[in-house]
Amino acid sequence: MSPPRSNGSATGVPLIFELGQEGRANRYLEEGKPLETFLPPAVLRDELPLPDNSELDVVRHYTQLSHRTFGIDLGFYPLGSCTMKYNPRVNDAIVARREFAELHPFTPDELAQGALHVMYELERSLSSLFGMAAFSLNPSAGAHAELGALLIAKKYFKERGETHRDKVIVPDTAHGTNPASASMCGFKVISLPSNERGRVGVDEIRKVLGEDTAVCMMTNPNTLGLFEEQIAEIASAVHEAGGLMYYDGANANAIMGYARPGDMGFDLMHLNTHKTFTIPHGGGGAGHGPLGVAAHLVEYLPTPFVTRDDGGFRLDFDRPKSIGPMRSFWSNFAHAVRALAYLYANGAEGLKRVSQLAVLNANYLRVKVSEFLETPYPENCRHEFVASAQRLKKEHGVRALDLAKALLDCGFMAPTMYFPLLVPECLMIEPTETESKETLDAFVEALRAIVVRAQADPEALFAAPVTTPVGRVDETRAARQPDLRWRPAQP
Amino acid sequence: MYAPHTSHDIEQMLAAIPAGSLDELLRVPDSIALKEALDVVPALPEYLIQRRFEQLARENTGVGYRSFLGAGAYRHYVPAAVAALAMRGEFLTAYTPYQAEVSQGYLQAIYEWQSYVALLTGMDLANASVYDGATALAEAAIMALGATGRHKILVSRAVHPNYRAVLRTYCDGLDVAVDEIPFSAEGTTDFDALAAAVESGEYAAVALQSPNFFGNIEMPPASTQSSMRASGTIPVAVVAEALSLAALATPAAWGAQIVAGEAQSFGVALAYGGPYAGFIASTQEHMRRIPGRLVGKTVDNAGRAAYVLTLQAREQHIRRERATSNICTNQAHCALIATIYLALLGKTGLRDAAALNLGRSRELASAVANVPGVRLKHAAPFFNEFVADVGRPAGKVLAALRERNILGGLALGRFYPELSSCILMTATELTTTGDIKALASALEEVLHVPAAV
Repeated sequence: MSPPRSNGSATGVPLIFELGQEGRANRYLEEGKPLETFLPPAVLRDELPLPDNSELDVVRHYTQLSHRTFGIDLGFYPLGSCTMKYNPRVNDAIVARREFAELHPFTPDELAQGALHVMYELERSLSSLFGMAAFSLNPSAGAHAELGALLIAKKYFKERGETHRDKVIVPDTAHGTNPASASMCGFKVISLPSNERGRVGVDEIRKVLGEDTAVCMMTNPNTLGLFEEQIAEIASAVHEAGGLMYYDGANANAIMGYARPGDMGFDLMHLNTHKTFTIPHGGGGAGHGPLGVAAHLVEYLPTPFVTRDDGGFRLDFDRPKSIGPMRSFWSNFAHAVRALAYLYANGAEGLKRVSQLAVLNANYLRVKVSEFLETPYPENCRHEFVASAQRLKKEHGVRALDLAKALLDCGFMAPTMYFPLLVPECLMIEPTETESKETLDAFVEALRAIVVRAQADPEALFAAPVTTPVGRVDETRAARQPDLRWRPAQP
Repeated sequence: MYAPHTSHDIEQMLAAIPAGSLDELLRVPDSIALKEALDVVPALPEYLIQRRFEQLARENTGVGYRSFLGAGAYRHYVPAAVAALAMRGEFLTAYTPYQAEVSQGYLQAIYEWQSYVALLTGMDLANASVYDGATALAEAAIMALGATGRHKILVSRAVHPNYRAVLRTYCDGLDVAVDEIPFSAEGTTDFDALAAAVESGEYAAVALQSPNFFGNIEMPPASTQSSMRASGTIPVAVVAEALSLAALATPAAWGAQIVAGEAQSFGVALAYGGPYAGFIASTQEHMRRIPGRLVGKTVDNAGRAAYVLTLQAREQHIRRERATSNICTNQAHCALIATIYLALLGKTGLRDAAALNLGRSRELASAVANVPGVRLKHAAPFFNEFVADVGRPAGKVLAALRERNILGGLALGRFYPELSSCILMTATELTTTGDIKALASALEEVLHVPAAV
């Protein structure tokens, strides 16, 4: 018997293609002449099998879909390494201003000074905040910036006649994008195991360093939420071997006002403004991944770069050593506006406070969660921590996945699961600074009740979630019989 | 700062941990601790933040001008309902829909988006999105490299110059050579040169854009199609003006196996270049090489229709260095905007929009061609933009038009030295007859002054 449902419906929401009638679409524009008036039939398409829906039907359809979607606005998102904090509405209001929203990317510099000024102010502030010489606002997301950084490294070594440097060192706690980005530049990946304290050891890294070392990619704090205290020694060792240090900025929410990647010895870094600086995640983008570099790599940054001289701000495309552009147009500019608005809401002191409270929230949760789940690294963490359901699995057959799905029934998003890979049955939890103590307490009590239930009645957890629009989804069938699109009925 | 902590909360939480102070929790080794004051913009209350950006916005004076700019970013009408729906907090503040049970709405919207793209391009399938049109082309090239095992890419010189530059950036990383095919006096790809180039069998892909960067419609003839087929070169279609898909024969009609496109035209704000919505569509045979996220339809444990991210074994978080791409965060929200735009306009509205773009751009072309000293550079059929030759340095003519509050188009000399007297001009459904008359009379004034010798 299937479990009771509070929100499920047997039919779900029909596809937009299954609604409507030809000729029912609202008219937003004048009627157009037949296409044959303008073009020879040979270049025209035969049919356009798309639905016509009334505006009301479209509004109802997407409103219904929104009701079947969880976002930060609905509840707590304890998603490790994703920094799902509150997205301030003033940022969206500013972006919607006509002078930003309707500005064409090919507008001559002298008529786009406001936009260039925004980019310049953001670039300067980021450089100071993270201790880098300059930032490019070109990359569209963190992984895109990683690619840009590795392209810079590749070009840098080529110009120094060191093309034999083809190895990228990546700790086992690193995000999956790190090794994937390295492959896109033809680098070979060396995976470095963490030590028993969850850190990269100086001695271990020395063993893999050599004349073939190109880049060492790290994040600090790492994805276990632990600060790599030996980072300066690690950076020195990598530099002595002739390599470059790359900082994955996914965890930057933990260090603002306390430490800077530049001072830790990093030569390259990215920042995910859609994490640290409150850009809405939007269901998976658009992101924004500013790419920072130390002084010796500035001239390699992607084009264009915003500069300032007596005549004002301009886009500089004439940078002979640049790796070239990484995207169609200059930046995810609307996100640069949001990020700068967030900086204005905080200032330097406010950003320091952000990191303090993010770390406070994480430690408070860690201590509370450790009352009923193993926390394999029992020491103060930074912005996130990992817990493990290994004992529950062994004793009751309940996995991290089951706990996560049960949390969905309590109105919480699930934590990041099964990452980092070195912790079995891992739950990775990052509360961010925008959650209140009351929310954290409610989350702890919900998770505690789930763990108690798992010990008494594991079967109940295997059925979770039961209050969501659908139950657990058949992923195997999705992958074995891929159905990736709607098709019109054959006439 | 948007944090809710009272000092009492902080005390209680520190005691629970226990920790003596916040500094104790965040301390780092002395050698790397921050020592200098940070030079970050000052903290302001919200009303002053608004005022600061109002001031910055006013410096974007170009927004008030009559504009004939296009070239890969297009000004189209966006129904008010698009923002009203897309900006709903559930969509805006959602994470990537890994937890399918609480993400059915967004997953369904992405499935609808994939369906729209497949239907518009005539391809079998499409992905959830990539960053933009240029990176879509680069990712399509990487798909073709993997599919063929070859190490060179061929691209038409009539493909958007920015897209070609990004293709080169990506290919440099992979030590892959990019060669270019010239265009003819007609302003379309030289198909004889294409056929000769692919004959060697060295190229993984050949990329063609339609409408191309000059606005002209490209239709590779049957002989070119068979050259591409016979040489095993994968035809990649580039689409920078997605609205054209509502009117023109699909890329599938001339044998494209991968379509790399930009959907900014479907309701996404110009926003000085981003974020936009790149997409990749392909034939079935390339399904497992497609980069980024894919949503599939399946069932839940009670047999009900359900949507889920699928074929994830291609992706970086599973495959790490063996992934088809490093892409993680993509452009989901821009794709959602485009989906809602397509749903609102519908088949009828898209046809109207396409027809209005065709009509207004022809009205513009004939008005401009009537100005003494101006001629249309190409005779090929175009969609909503075309090249006008003004017979003297285009940059100077455009500067003179700017003094009359007109952005007359894009000077092509920056990308094509041989076209230094040419301007790429665009008209959309938002271009009025008044705009067109204003441009024509301003051009007449500007060109009436004899060119400096």
